[in-house]
Amino acid sequence: MLKSRISALFAAAVLLVAPALASAAGNVHLEDAQIDLQDKASLQRGAGLFMNYCAACHSLQYMRYSRLAEDLELTPEQVEQFLIKGDAKIGEVMKTGLAKGDGQAWFGKAPPDLSTTARGKIGQEDWIYTFLKSFYVDETRPMGWNNTVLAGASMPNVLWELQGKQRKTEEGFVIQEHERGRLSEAEYDRAILDIAAFLTYVGEPARLKRESLGVWVILFLSFFTLLAYLLKKEYWKDIH
Amino acid sequence: MANEGVNNGRRRFLTATTAVVGAAGAAAGGYAFLSTWKPSARAQGAGAPVEVDISKLDLEPGARMIVQWRGKPVWIFKRSGEQLSALPTLDERLADPKSDNADQTPAFAKNETRAIKPEIGVLVGICTHLGCSPLFVPELQPQAFDSEWKGGFYCPCHNSRFDLAGRVFSGVPAPSNLEVPPYHFDKANANRVVVGIAPEEAA
Amino acid sequence: MNAKIESAVNGAVDWFNQRTPGLIPFYKKHMSEYYAPKNFNFWYFFGSLALLVLVNQIVTGIFLTMHYKPSAAEAFGSVEYIMRDVEWGWLVRYMHSTGASLFFVVVYLHMFRALIYGSYQKPRELVWVLGMFIFLTLMAEAFLGYVLPWGQMSYWGAQVIINLFSAIPVIGGDLTEFIRGDFLVSDSTLNRFFALHVIALPLVILLLVVLHLGALHEVGSNNPDGVDIKKVKDKATGKPLDGIPFHPYYTVKDLVGVGFFLIIASFIIFFAPTFGDLFLEFDNFNEANPLVTPEHIKPVWYFTPYYAMLRAVPGKLLGVIVMGAATLIFFLLPWLDRSKVRSLRYRGWISKTMITLFCICFVLLGWLGLQSGSETQTLIARICTIFYFGFFITMPIWTSIDKTKPVPERVTSHA
Repeated sequence: MLKSRISALFAAAVLLVAPALASAAGNVHLEDAQIDLQDKASLQRGAGLFMNYCAACHSLQYMRYSRLAEDLELTPEQVEQFLIKGDAKIGEVMKTGLAKGDGQAWFGKAPPDLSTTARGKIGQEDWIYTFLKSFYVDETRPMGWNNTVLAGASMPNVLWELQGKQRKTEEGFVIQEHERGRLSEAEYDRAILDIAAFLTYVGEPARLKRESLGVWVILFLSFFTLLAYLLKKEYWKDIH
Repeated sequence: MANEGVNNGRRRFLTATTAVVGAAGAAAGGYAFLSTWKPSARAQGAGAPVEVDISKLDLEPGARMIVQWRGKPVWIFKRSGEQLSALPTLDERLADPKSDNADQTPAFAKNETRAIKPEIGVLVGICTHLGCSPLFVPELQPQAFDSEWKGGFYCPCHNSRFDLAGRVFSGVPAPSNLEVPPYHFDKANANRVVVGIAPEEAA
Repeated sequence: MNAKIESAVNGAVDWFNQRTPGLIPFYKKHMSEYYAPKNFNFWYFFGSLALLVLVNQIVTGIFLTMHYKPSAAEAFGSVEYIMRDVEWGWLVRYMHSTGASLFFVVVYLHMFRALIYGSYQKPRELVWVLGMFIFLTLMAEAFLGYVLPWGQMSYWGAQVIINLFSAIPVIGGDLTEFIRGDFLVSDSTLNRFFALHVIALPLVILLLVVLHLGALHEVGSNNPDGVDIKKVKDKATGKPLDGIPFHPYYTVKDLVGVGFFLIIASFIIFFAPTFGDLFLEFDNFNEANPLVTPEHIKPVWYFTPYYAMLRAVPGKLLGVIVMGAATLIFFLLPWLDRSKVRSLRYRGWISKTMITLFCICFVLLGWLGLQSGSETQTLIARICTIFYFGFFITMPIWTSIDKTKPVPERVTSHA
């Protein structure tokens, strides 16, 4: 009786969690982004791409350059040389050169800070990945671009040189021969995967450390619980 | 019931072992929590070394630059030949002429002028009495507070006086010499002073 | 060496004893000579675990307060600062957020134990009532705490909950302005919520917990058989035959419970701190924006059963009243239950069925509260709400007529 009650509660708990894990942004199907946060090279490439294409408008106001050095296995000099634009110091946070009012004036909407975007969007890295893949030419928009993941986006496709000029047709997305970008589709997918990985890392820099530490903590606690159990058994010999 | 003696021994052992392991875990946890008190990455970023271009000191003789490092005012100024030769004559009037107090004078600055280059003074501009920032009185002229003044710093709060090497005079409220901060000269550019890193660490 | 330590400790104890003679009797009354029934089972771990989580919340909370900034401009940034720039800050934060949710897991299971073993029945009605006050205070504390990170969910959750008060006729509008300290949820609201969350309510909770334990110890603990162990005492010692001293037996057993609990908590903290959007909602990683309402505003999981009821009931004021009544009706449990038998073990099939259905209802309502809502869902929510209240309102009847088995003189099992 009790056991079946417990299993009913457990099943209910599983049901509670399941819907939250589905990956969809409203009605848009999100592609699965297989990022690997342990792949430092991927994160480094992502950081480089971000600084070259995104940082002009998007800040990472909670991320410090010095932390990039620690976590991405770069020396402070490498960070200063390749990643810091302008005269920011390595201990500073990653601001953007775009003045507050200008973004609003030029794009209609100030480009948001992206420090916590990977955690704040349903779908997380899948959202970022699919978003970067889903720009298409739209003459009716002020910037000339639209996006199926974020309809009416004020952002132009800053990666169009790499991806090419993607257009939307009944069959889906199409890039014409003469409008190809510098990268092949596979190469472009790799590039935006790196950006998605980098932004996921930026969302929670402590993630890798917490996961590796967790293994040791649980092993230790298991050992402690075992000792506590033996202690309990010993004392409870008294009780009949 | 089993033999009481064996029971108690095992109980003591298990209790002790569990207690020790538990304490170890608690200590690890406690360490993590106490670490949150260490200067955060933000504080360290703000407390980072400051690079100063001192070329303007050549353009304006007698000028004193004030830069901020770790929230403290750091003075950088030039000393003339006359001012430098006056320094040894003051020794008897000073409380710590040889800069024996290591708290105020790091090893690399333990010399007559308390500096790497004698002609360039780098001092933390906080009076060692109660923390006011003393006035710069570089002229070798008699002053109201000292008829034999050979240049230095005068603190208006409680009348403490320091010479141009930051050494404190005897008989004033301030107990010690002005602090010499860690600093060094950029190897590539002699007009660049980096406040915050001592010469041996800069290598 | 051992003898030296022992004599030193004894010396210290004697020093205290001469100056506070009540100290040792206090320790005896509440630990080494508090005779608890020897047949405590799994369901009896959750009281001590609740105490553990309370200590966790206080300690981690204190360390968070050292870095958190309670202003609308700085709050969100300060939480990110803790997560990134403060050494080990992320651990303190996750321990606090996970602890908050686990507090409710533990408390709900703790209350469930009382439900199935009749622990609220005479003479423990006061223990139950005090516990209910703790539960109410805890809900307020959790709500206030969730506002502090000043994310989208914090802001809009505060907006919705405070607006509930506007349903009160006549004074509603002024009352909401009074609570907010402003015409909208703002810096004023955040700052006062901070004060309430950090010191005011924790003091209330601590006081209530002390009273709760005090009231319990006055009458002694219940047990899975619902047997009164004080009825059968040892002729020589006067101690209950089915009782064992809390210390060392239950201190040692609770330690094992603590170990298991910490393992589960660690899995969550280190591998799934958001727990699939349940413990830390995704929208709270976006800074509060008064101009953009999130698509789905929903409370944290532990409030969703009541939220589902609120949504299911047509009419704003009625919804609020129903939601309030759903929490408050628990207070009446000791008087609604007319069974002569405490424990479900010795009650009939009616009680077992009713309680099972009630639990299913509660969990179902909780799940419904997480969903965006549909016609079918609203219908199910209404059915569950009706059953929920029916469970309590008809309780005097079905507890009286339910067949019971004879309750034994002595307890029937022990761990």
